[in-house]
Amino acid sequence: MTRVLVPLPVVLPLLAAALNVLLVRRQSLQRVVSVLALGGVLATAVLLLREADRSGATVVQLGGWAAPAGISLVADRLSTLLLAVSSGVLLAVLLYAVGQGITDGRRTTPAVFHPCYLVLSAGIAMAFLTGDLFNLFVAFEVMLVASYVLITLDGNGPQVRAGMTYVVTSLVASVLFVTAVGLVYAATGTVNLADAAVRLQDVPEGVRLALGLTLLVVFGIKAAVFPLFSWLPDSYPTAPSPVTAVFAGLLTKVGVYAILRTQTLLFPGSPVLSRVLLVLAVLTMVVGILGALVQDDLKRLLSFTIVSHIGYMLLGLGLASTAGLAGAVLYTVHHIVVQTTLFLVAGLVERRSGTGSLRRSGGMQQVAPVLAVLYLLPALSLAGIPPLSGFVAKLPLLQAGLADGGALALTAVAAAVLTSLLTLYAVGLLWSEVFWGPVADVVPDADRTDSVVVGTARTPRLMLVAAAAAVVAGLAIPVLAGPLYALSERAAEDLVARDAYVSAVLGDGR
Amino acid sequence: MTTSERADPSRSVVLETAVRLVFHTVLVFGVYLLFAGHNQPGGGFVGGLVAGCAFVLRYAVTGREGIGRAVPVDPVLPLGAGLLLAGVTGAAAWLLDGQFLESGKVELDLPVLGVVKATSALPFDTGVFLVVVGLVLLVLRTLGAEAEQ
Repeated sequence: MTRVLVPLPVVLPLLAAALNVLLVRRQSLQRVVSVLALGGVLATAVLLLREADRSGATVVQLGGWAAPAGISLVADRLSTLLLAVSSGVLLAVLLYAVGQGITDGRRTTPAVFHPCYLVLSAGIAMAFLTGDLFNLFVAFEVMLVASYVLITLDGNGPQVRAGMTYVVTSLVASVLFVTAVGLVYAATGTVNLADAAVRLQDVPEGVRLALGLTLLVVFGIKAAVFPLFSWLPDSYPTAPSPVTAVFAGLLTKVGVYAILRTQTLLFPGSPVLSRVLLVLAVLTMVVGILGALVQDDLKRLLSFTIVSHIGYMLLGLGLASTAGLAGAVLYTVHHIVVQTTLFLVAGLVERRSGTGSLRRSGGMQQVAPVLAVLYLLPALSLAGIPPLSGFVAKLPLLQAGLADGGALALTAVAAAVLTSLLTLYAVGLLWSEVFWGPVADVVPDADRTDSVVVGTARTPRLMLVAAAAAVVAGLAIPVLAGPLYALSERAAEDLVARDAYVSAVLGDGR
Repeated sequence: MTTSERADPSRSVVLETAVRLVFHTVLVFGVYLLFAGHNQPGGGFVGGLVAGCAFVLRYAVTGREGIGRAVPVDPVLPLGAGLLLAGVTGAAAWLLDGQFLESGKVELDLPVLGVVKATSALPFDTGVFLVVVGLVLLVLRTLGAEAEQ
């Protein structure tokens, strides 16, 4: 039964995308199809997670071709956990986008949001599930092609300019990725991750290190790791807020997942890579948050906090201990939910006030107290205030760092604490500028031709409900902290003990 | 031929006649590649590209309107239908107790054609063919609109 379920998170959105292309003139049907498809993916992901946690990884060989030759889909604890969280987030953002009315297209362009959004979902699911390096590349491309459309949804000047940065960066990363896949194939004669993990043991240390670093650069660009992050705050903020929200929550995290998967499976126990990861973690955290402090735009400020908090996940990975990895997994879950929520709320604020500029807004908590609450909870959570999810996610990371005890690990822990404080300062700055102070006038919509309507002084109910659901999901993380951390720990143990993954994919013959 | 048509410098009689001659040949060659694809070079993607080339040639002569006359459907229709067909073919393997995308085959003894081997890769490839053709038509329609202005 579960074997049928494994490809579903990829197949369902693709079929729904095809249906939505045919239904391009029937927007109400498009909504039903999309919601049903993503709801189905969420249900599938939860079932797969339960199955993976109970009885280990489920492996499906696509087309019935056996492992090293064919493409394997692997549903283990890590991939299904992230898949479940992602599909929940995707569903909430879809409802928000429908509520915002950006899905209907304009009179001149067809309604492309739904098909592209579903293709993006299929790409994300494929990236999590695949057990094949080349298929991972395909998943990234599927994701990226859809995201190129979504980031330039309105095709106006600023979006095309930002889109260029995004497309060029992504293409460079893709070229590097194919090169890396080719190099891995040249060194090992396989692109199956499990098979490569076995064969890389016989590859000379220097070659292995070079491959590890190349893949780290590729996924580092996708995950916006220092110093390859500058494209992110430049390109994300110009897109409509649900698009930015889903990019912020998921696309960078897919990069982080790819780093987690490849580094633990293919290049375990390399002290050089660990040290590199720790240094990158420190720089990403500190440089990212310093960038956030000097922004005037709501979404730009939040974009810099994405960059900064990617550092925490690298910190967990760099520690190369089970506790560190468990912390990184839990942090990824927390960050997907919280960062997405913050962008959804930022969209609500812009909808009311008409501007994302901190200087031009103010007094939001007087006119919209609900929005103030919706902002404050994920914002404090991002900063790591107990008992919210950020605290629950940071604590194991810091403990793992202290347990490691090395000079670099301790520096990273200090940087993590400093970054938390600076994050609190950044979100506090946003709070005092946007929500406190005298009530600012509503700024009229600057561009009435685009699909995003702002400055209405009102909040549509569906947008509010979707954002509130995301906030509640964030609040559920600390409530479920015990089981979630235990699950992350089991996922981390799977990552460290690679044999289970390898034998599940290749069969017990090896 | 009226005076105004003869005076139009953008028309080329040689090109028009040549395209009229090769249009159907190229189209049929595209379909041939689709069917040849299983055991010989070809397949849905290449076949779709070749068939798409036929439409590009036609576009070069008649412009957007001529394409609209040649294919009187919205280009997103073949695109969506093709994606759906490919996906459903892949999922159909589940009904026959196989893995996703697993290929099945039947051998038929048809009256005129003799023994014909048909695999489930063919509907999948047809889906890909339709997606590529739909995409080419869509590109001609949208980018072509900008170019003609």
